[in-house]
Amino acid sequence: MRWLNKSFEFVGKVGYFSLRVLVDSIRPPFELAQLSRQLAEVGNKSLALIIVSGFALGAVMTLHTRNTLVTFGAAAMIPAVQAASFFVEIGPLVAGLLLAGRVGSGIGAVLANMRASEQIDAIESLSIDSFKFLVVPRVLACVIALPLLTLFMDFSGLLGGFLSEVLSSHISPELYLNRAFDNLQWSNFIAPTLKTTVFGFIIGSISSYFGYTTDKGAQGVGEAATNSVVVSSLLIIVADVLLIKCIFFLFPDTAI
Amino acid sequence: MTTSPTIAVEFKNVTKSFGEKRVLNNVSFRIEQGQALCLLGRSGTGKSVTLKLIMALMRPDSGEVWVDQDNVVGMKEHRLSMVRRKLGYLFQDAALFDSLTLYENLALPLHRLTKKSKDEIDDVVHRALTDVGLGSDDAKYPAALSGGMKKRAGLARALVLEPKILLADEPSSGLDRITASEIDELLMRRKAEHGTAIIVVTHDVHGARRVADRVAVLDKGNIVAFGSVTQVTESENDVARRLITE
Repeated sequence: MRWLNKSFEFVGKVGYFSLRVLVDSIRPPFELAQLSRQLAEVGNKSLALIIVSGFALGAVMTLHTRNTLVTFGAAAMIPAVQAASFFVEIGPLVAGLLLAGRVGSGIGAVLANMRASEQIDAIESLSIDSFKFLVVPRVLACVIALPLLTLFMDFSGLLGGFLSEVLSSHISPELYLNRAFDNLQWSNFIAPTLKTTVFGFIIGSISSYFGYTTDKGAQGVGEAATNSVVVSSLLIIVADVLLIKCIFFLFPDTAI
Repeated sequence: MTTSPTIAVEFKNVTKSFGEKRVLNNVSFRIEQGQALCLLGRSGTGKSVTLKLIMALMRPDSGEVWVDQDNVVGMKEHRLSMVRRKLGYLFQDAALFDSLTLYENLALPLHRLTKKSKDEIDDVVHRALTDVGLGSDDAKYPAALSGGMKKRAGLARALVLEPKILLADEPSSGLDRITASEIDELLMRRKAEHGTAIIVVTHDVHGARRVADRVAVLDKGNIVAFGSVTQVTESENDVARRLITE
């Protein structure tokens, strides 16, 4: 019973925190300098991780699926399977989980450290709204950066798959691209990419919540980093299920 | 005809507890503009909490905290921000922003809260850092500074907006005697030249004797002695007498 109470309390607090992010993100003054700093932190610094992971995942996926498809005489479908998998599901989900690991832990740890070392109190003492200054730009940076990073993940995955396929079948780039995009519609690409804005909001809000609200001093820094990654990753996966249902409802054609 | 002195900070029956532990028990005191008050007491007796209540970083369980004619208890955030502009706060570990250089640490409030031009801000920051002996360290990050340098930089940041009231949490802790004296002199100069009210939490009795117009001794959540250094030295309370003399 106590566990249930704590769970409801947590949901309520995170809900209020997230609502405050939404309200403060449309209320001036806008922290554009901080947003630009955070975009560099979240976006630029995650780019290499996303590209390398996408490339490797694309190559591995082709290696795994090739034998099965060849067995059924469907080797020509490899580019289409690769593109559909990456654009519809793997790209958005893996980019979200990777960002939860790299950025979520960072946001949680940095804010918790600022809380423990009284830097957040110092910001308040200078008449600066610490929530708008620290939390809102971080969440917005995740919301803006994740769809863009997902595109990099998608295309690097496709490139990895293409190179892996070239080594096996010497397929030309033109033919690979034709086969990859032949059956893919814009709705297969846009809706799944845009759903990552929700993943970005989850990563930013949850990580900021754990970091900003900690009251356990130095011990809280490690806890905030761990909780940020665990809870964000879990919520991304749960949200993915719900968002897929929504996408299928709104765009029935996307149910390939 | 004499004008009555302006009250800088006043506590009226303030009580604050953390869980079962009551750190301030019906505490009342006041200091006037241009005065320096030193808060003495053993560790964990609510000295830093007192400063945070003045800055409204915490709320008391009951009572009123007046800062320059405004009761900050229960005050709305936007009004609180106006009151906080009258206050400067030197935190115990300086609380400099790790991701900003010393220059940026001091320039941040000037950019945000004043209409000064870039050149004026450069000038104010340079002067503030020079005053605390860090004029050539403006490009350094806090991680590259010693404890004493951080504290001096924290003091410079607390003073950069020229507050009417300065709150300093152990400004001389962890410093050698010479640096501690320099900081004491800076505080005294600030008080003399600008009429700044200063509230200092300290364990440094030598510093307290030099800086304080008034001394308050906190023990077990109560103010057990309040007055000039001489009055507290002659106090009937054993803890107060020992703190100020030993």
